[in-house]
Amino acid sequence: MAILQIRQAIRDAMKEEMLRDERVFLMGEEVGHYNGAYKASEGLLEQFGARRVIDTPIVETGFAGVGIGAAMCGLRPIIEFMTFNFSAVAFDQILNNAAKIRHMTHGQFGVPIVFRGPNAAAHMLGSTHSQAFEPFYAHIPGLKVVAVATPYDAKGLLKSAIRDDNPVVFLEAELMYSVKGEVPDEEYTIPIGKADIKREGKHVTLITWGQAVPISLKTAELAAKEGIEVEVIDLRTLRPLDTDAILASVMKTNRAVVLFHGWPYGGVGCEVIARIQELAFDHLDAPVLRECYEDVPFPYAENLEHLCLPTPEKGLAAVKKVLYKR
Amino acid sequence: MTASTATSEAAATTTAEHAAAEIAAQFKGQSKDDTLRDYLAMLRIRRFEESAARAYTRGKISGFLHLYIGQEAIAVATKQAIAAHDRVVSAYRTHGFALALGSDIKACAAELFGKAAGLVGGMGGSMHFFDKAHQLWGGYAIVGNHIPVATGHAFASKYTGDGAVTLVFMGDGAVGIGPVHEGMTLAGVWKLPIVFVVENNQYSMGTPLKRSVPVEDITARAAGYGFHSDRFHVTSVHETRARIAAAVDRARADNQPSLLELITYRFRGHSMSDPAKYRQKEEVDTWRLQDPLERTLLALQQLHGLDEATLEQHDAKIIAEVDAAYEFAEATPQPPPEARFENILVGE
Ligand SMILES: Cc1ncc(C[n+]2csc(CCOP(=O)(O)OP(=O)(O)O)c2C)c(N)n1
Ligand SMILES: [Mg+2]
Repeated sequence: MAILQIRQAIRDAMKEEMLRDERVFLMGEEVGHYNGAYKASEGLLEQFGARRVIDTPIVETGFAGVGIGAAMCGLRPIIEFMTFNFSAVAFDQILNNAAKIRHMTHGQFGVPIVFRGPNAAAHMLGSTHSQAFEPFYAHIPGLKVVAVATPYDAKGLLKSAIRDDNPVVFLEAELMYSVKGEVPDEEYTIPIGKADIKREGKHVTLITWGQAVPISLKTAELAAKEGIEVEVIDLRTLRPLDTDAILASVMKTNRAVVLFHGWPYGGVGCEVIARIQELAFDHLDAPVLRECYEDVPFPYAENLEHLCLPTPEKGLAAVKKVLYKR
Repeated sequence: MTASTATSEAAATTTAEHAAAEIAAQFKGQSKDDTLRDYLAMLRIRRFEESAARAYTRGKISGFLHLYIGQEAIAVATKQAIAAHDRVVSAYRTHGFALALGSDIKACAAELFGKAAGLVGGMGGSMHFFDKAHQLWGGYAIVGNHIPVATGHAFASKYTGDGAVTLVFMGDGAVGIGPVHEGMTLAGVWKLPIVFVVENNQYSMGTPLKRSVPVEDITARAAGYGFHSDRFHVTSVHETRARIAAAVDRARADNQPSLLELITYRFRGHSMSDPAKYRQKEEVDTWRLQDPLERTLLALQQLHGLDEATLEQHDAKIIAEVDAAYEFAEATPQPPPEARFENILVGE
């Protein structure tokens, strides 16, 4: 097994899929000559040339739409947003074209496309550059949404996303590109729609994804010091949601906290809670809590930003609260 | 010495001599006082940003920090070309505009440090400078999304008859994105008092101009919107001022929008995290000959005989002001915790 960073795992997934399938290409800002704003496409222009690793001007609506149009012709574009904040510019293309074409054309056309890039807050980028987009995209029938937190998951899920015949929104995180982990040398994929138990425990279920996974694992460590065994479930796919995995854990622990990068109002956290209360109400010993961003636009100031973010300490407090512990 | 270095040195001398003659011609009609004023205004911005870069390296400033080094003349000229009630809207490379327009230098530094006394209370950082009292209406960090907003300012001026002109600045990399086209279309259809200025510094991040626009002359687009246009190299404050002023006059007098392309260069990377490996040293050196700050300095020395000691004195004064601003930024407190709940909605 190799130890890779997440950015390398993403690069390898794209590289292997481009070798495997001539229809796959990468398009976005600075993906080629610059090797990616966060170096997730390092070496790909050199290997595949400008026909398949395509630098665009700053035109998100344009290249998202071009990707959709090319996908309708049978190509398999990977569209990189420099960050998902800029996907807001392309939102209409994703909402009204990528997600709708198959349905609207009665199945005449499909849109096998991946929109990928870093999502959510990094460090002191201010309100316009610190937003978590999964609520917007997971809200839309016709899309799949994936969020990754380890090199292993990143590679296996990105390969599945590229092979998927549907539009997939694939969420990474700027501050996690350097996170290292084991990646098998041999070919593998991870199915979209399957959560992963990142740590087993029997007292409280902590449901999480993306950039919040390491926070949740630290929360579990802190809890363990106090004799609390937290089970950490990394959803990995936000649409479709692995309800079975969530329910199996909650029925075991009878208590749950959802910990994520994103605003509390609406969104995936609420969806998880809605399903738990609907399908496992009788198993619950406490209300399900959320630990996430504060319900404010992100401030630049370091001290304020820190207060807005979820932390292991806040996670621990929520875990103890559902256990009615002080 | 090899033959090839000998040749290139000879070429450099010729260019330097040529540059000297060119500068003499260019600055001839300018008084010593005006030339010195322009030089110091640019130098002040440059010193402020050199300090910002150092503070960033020391971890005192975070997030994205985009420096204006090389482009200062544009902000200085803009200030001179506008009336007191006009509006300036910029993208995220904004420190130069704030300082030129008269924002408190301490508040600018404090904003970079994320402090309560910052220009926007530590909420925005480098990319989001706003200072309404000093005509600075942003500070926008999503490429191109300020263009319709600026068009809206001009719409309001026409609606209310306030007589103000809006000047909106964008990078060469911004001209392809949808909102720019939409904002310009409306300004053209409705004949709004606005000046669109493209600061063409040759790159959008690592992408050179030739890979981001189909036709290199960005002002070629003006015809389609019914705008006046002007396109020139920025090598001095006074020439830049005159040409911006002409566009401002057209906007104010006749509601005639303009598209200006100001050809310039950024000497630093796109932001502090960009090592700018995509360009050669020779390219940067060639552009240095056009640096308005350097050229104005040469004019002061050659045409007005300003001596080293005097220049040093001026520089020392600026450095002292800048240092004081950064000392203030470091010492002044962070925003109080409750500040993060303020200004989200009003009247709650
Ligand atoms: C819609 C959008 N896409 C991408 C970005 C990331 N980005 C920030 S600045 C920039 C380059 C802009 O270049 P240019 O317009 O030439 O301005 P300059 O930085 O040269 O002043 C890019 C790609 C962004 N902020 N907004
Ligand atoms: Mg530029």
